[in-house]
Amino acid sequence: MSILVDDDTRVVVQGITGGEGKFHAEQMMEYGTNVVAGAVPGRGGQEVAGVPVYDTVNQAVREENADASVIFVPPAFAADAIFESLDSELDLAVAITEGIPTQDMSKVYKRLSEVDTHLVGPNCPGLITPGEAKLGILPGNIFSSGNVGLVSRSGTLTYQVVDNLTNRGLGQTTAVGIGGDPIIGTSFVDALSLFEEDPETEAVVMCGEIGGEDEEQAAAFIDENMETPVAGFIAGRTAPPGKRMGHAGAIVSGSGTGTAESKIDALNDAGVPVGDTPEEVADNVEELL
Amino acid sequence: MKLHEYQAKSVFADAGIPTPDSQLAESADEVLSAAESIGYPVAVKAQVQVGGRGKAGGIELVEDDEEAREAADSILGMDLKGYTVERVLVEEAVDFVDELYVGVTMDRGEGKPVAMVSRKGGVNIEEVAEEDPDAIAREHVDPSFGLQPYQARRVVYDAGIDREVAGDVSSVLTTLFSLWDDRDASDTEINPLMVTSDDEVIAADAVMNIDEDALFRQSELAEMEEESYTDDLERKAGEYGFDYVRLEGDVGIIGNGAGLVMTTLDLVDYYGGEPANFLDVGGGAKADRIANALDMVFSDENVESVVFNIFGGITRGDEVAKGINNALEQFDEIPKPVVVRLAGTNAEEGMEILNADLVQVEQTLEEAVQRAVENAQEVQA
Repeated sequence: MSILVDDDTRVVVQGITGGEGKFHAEQMMEYGTNVVAGAVPGRGGQEVAGVPVYDTVNQAVREENADASVIFVPPAFAADAIFESLDSELDLAVAITEGIPTQDMSKVYKRLSEVDTHLVGPNCPGLITPGEAKLGILPGNIFSSGNVGLVSRSGTLTYQVVDNLTNRGLGQTTAVGIGGDPIIGTSFVDALSLFEEDPETEAVVMCGEIGGEDEEQAAAFIDENMETPVAGFIAGRTAPPGKRMGHAGAIVSGSGTGTAESKIDALNDAGVPVGDTPEEVADNVEELL
Repeated sequence: MKLHEYQAKSVFADAGIPTPDSQLAESADEVLSAAESIGYPVAVKAQVQVGGRGKAGGIELVEDDEEAREAADSILGMDLKGYTVERVLVEEAVDFVDELYVGVTMDRGEGKPVAMVSRKGGVNIEEVAEEDPDAIAREHVDPSFGLQPYQARRVVYDAGIDREVAGDVSSVLTTLFSLWDDRDASDTEINPLMVTSDDEVIAADAVMNIDEDALFRQSELAEMEEESYTDDLERKAGEYGFDYVRLEGDVGIIGNGAGLVMTTLDLVDYYGGEPANFLDVGGGAKADRIANALDMVFSDENVESVVFNIFGGITRGDEVAKGINNALEQFDEIPKPVVVRLAGTNAEEGMEILNADLVQVEQTLEEAVQRAVENAQEVQA
């Protein structure tokens, strides 16, 4: 089992005619993902990476039964592309695009509450169910199939922690990179509740970072709703207050919330061991299983 | 992107928000002639993009030519929280009876904009938010509909604003929200919004920060951008286009991806070292970008040791290795020891390319960080 994606997922790649779109469509197919179509306005009728391109996502749904999208559309048009996925009633939309204006995402966020589509991202590496499907840009070869779920705000940190897990023989059900932007679709709580419902996920790793209060909310959710054990990691313990570290979200306000300390305390209080190093996270997962 | 006070004020004034008469000045003589044409008393205000300018001595109220010259001499050229003051705004001093706060920002937890009004203007609003949160009235706004007139009234009356000025404050808030929305602002703020004895409201300060990701559709505002850096390293990072933050320590850190670079910093601290910087080369970095990153870290005189931590997804290990070789082969002697850890996409190819005479190679993140910390400690010993 897995969450959100498996080998039945039928993927349409929005922006497949662009450099990134084409390259990663090919990478996804090489991994075994069922990519059934591309969608690019004005490019309908073409073929890219061996799949038919349609002008609209609706056509890809009608003609190829697509039920998930991966979005490689430039920031200026990305929110519109997400709206198109939501309006086409896909089960899942994965927005890889970095640099979408926050006000556009605010409107997308409002629309999300009115539809059934799960949005992962934006500004994220995507998600992968090892051995079945990857939707996004994650390097497939470091993942292995198993019973650990993973959810992370940071792409490369996901790779690091997965590497530590895989090297111990701790395979993954699904790994989800939710992105580090201030406004995102799938939150920690959303992903954790899906892992909780998945019978094969026997432990979950949650990688957070400074900024915002999403990790504190996740801790409260774990405390109240989860039977599946969770191991945590928080990046940014050494970050000075007031400085922005890359991710839009990764800023410490200096007012006590959003700091690594407050997140680690909240997780510890919810019974979640937080590793000092990625290697220690793998130790903790071994103990929880 | 932060606008200077004088820039934000001109945007606010163009939109119809009342602002005091003011002029920009770069020398004491310009300050005097500006004060003359505006009429004393005037405020002389440092134009640097930091908060708390008043407390730091960057704002002075002056009554005559002599005081104006003294203020100009003390403020122009001063170092304000790391920034040199090159210009001041000379502004009509408003005779006020009350100071209010109005602002619009994004509530990221809710994913919605929020409009805020408080009677406790003129002071550090963050402190008010912390100590007396009820003193700030808030109204969340549906991003697809915008701030409705009844909402503007509601937040103004909830804040306890006097009925005589409530209409004007509502109107200022409505304009402020429109600016926030139309100009892709992350924050728009007036603190204080002064109330005169004639029940007029005037924006005595102006804050406007623009979402960097939206500058592609805000060309007029993008042109106002003025680079300001506290030191040469930050200037260099701006030119190279890196996410870079300078810190106090001696272990230079280069990596890809914000979360992984932050983790590398944390591990340096965990193993007893002190990080000198945060430097994210970003996704898909090619050889020349890697060489620029090394140039940056070597330029920091505090750095005694460097650790490279790359976990390739989009970024390819062979490109990283080429960049490291190119940068280091220019030196007769490598200035600081460099530890390299490559994993992920094309890491094996990278390891083969990497010139092992120039760097120390480690297999895991933990080993690489420990080695770099030891290198720095050896220099200190």
